[in-house]
Amino acid sequence: MKSIAIFQKGIVDVMPLTIPVVPFGIIYGVIGVEMGLTPFMTFAMSFIIFAGSSQIAFSQLFVAGASPLVMLGSVAAINSRHFLYGAVLSQYFNKLNFNWRILLSYLMTDQAFSVSSSYLKNNQNKINAHYHMLGSGLTLWLLWQISTLAGIFLGNIVPEQLGLTFTIPLTFLALIVSELRKLDHVIVILISGTSSLVFYNYPYKIYIILSAFIALGVSYLLILRFKEISK
Amino acid sequence: MIWFWIFVAGLITFFTRYSMIAFIDPSILSKNTKKVLTYVPSAVFPAIIFPAVFLNSKGLLVSIENPQIWAFMIALIIGFFFKNILLTIISGLLSFWLFIFWLS
Repeated sequence: MKSIAIFQKGIVDVMPLTIPVVPFGIIYGVIGVEMGLTPFMTFAMSFIIFAGSSQIAFSQLFVAGASPLVMLGSVAAINSRHFLYGAVLSQYFNKLNFNWRILLSYLMTDQAFSVSSSYLKNNQNKINAHYHMLGSGLTLWLLWQISTLAGIFLGNIVPEQLGLTFTIPLTFLALIVSELRKLDHVIVILISGTSSLVFYNYPYKIYIILSAFIALGVSYLLILRFKEISK
Repeated sequence: MIWFWIFVAGLITFFTRYSMIAFIDPSILSKNTKKVLTYVPSAVFPAIIFPAVFLNSKGLLVSIENPQIWAFMIALIIGFFFKNILLTIISGLLSFWLFIFWLS
């Protein structure tokens, strides 16, 4: 398969997952300017940081006068889930050169990770399979920049009453629906979800990575247990 | 000064993305570690989903009548049966709109 075809497949595969990106980018643009950041600063964060929820947390904390340590701590905690995505992707990127690794790391987002890691898993024999993540990542990157600009300069063009932020949990749900028929995954999902509710009010938005580690611990136990049964 | 902190935040974010890809040699990952890694989406995404559906902006549990919960359940059922990304998102959003615009 030609690289360009794989690149295009990445674009097509990620399309449904771009639904929440546009309203979320607009909200970020609006919030940034409303909070008193300059339009250029608001926009620059979208390509320097390129991670929606940490950009919002960063600007909120900055305006509230939080110390840089708190701001950076929050950004690190919110983004720490990338370590897990990186660990998964490292299995497929070990033959790529330095530039590719830099580029694809920069483009790593929840959605790009999700669609492209499953493609990479199923196409490990293809030497150009990584073009899939270039396609999915660039699509999300471009939409994020455009929607940030729209939020900065056009304001809230999407009526709040439409409740489009609700598409965020729906999209993440859509990314794991294929696991809902596997009992082990359902257990891991419920453990992660429940602990996120329990730890939600802990500082630095630590609940995401904390719940992920608890759930992965449970998955490890499930693997060991399953091994025993299959013996 | 804020520019400096924005760049540091950008570097930290990039580090979270790049470090594992740069430094893990997949051949040293044990079989069990690789198996655990297949659960990463199921371990991370619910922690983003649950608070967004079941908690309000103050971090308190929403009531059972909240349209979000019911729209989410419909999307869950549709997703379970059709295993289709777009259908899951659209069915959830349409039922959410149905609940908030026509049935409330």
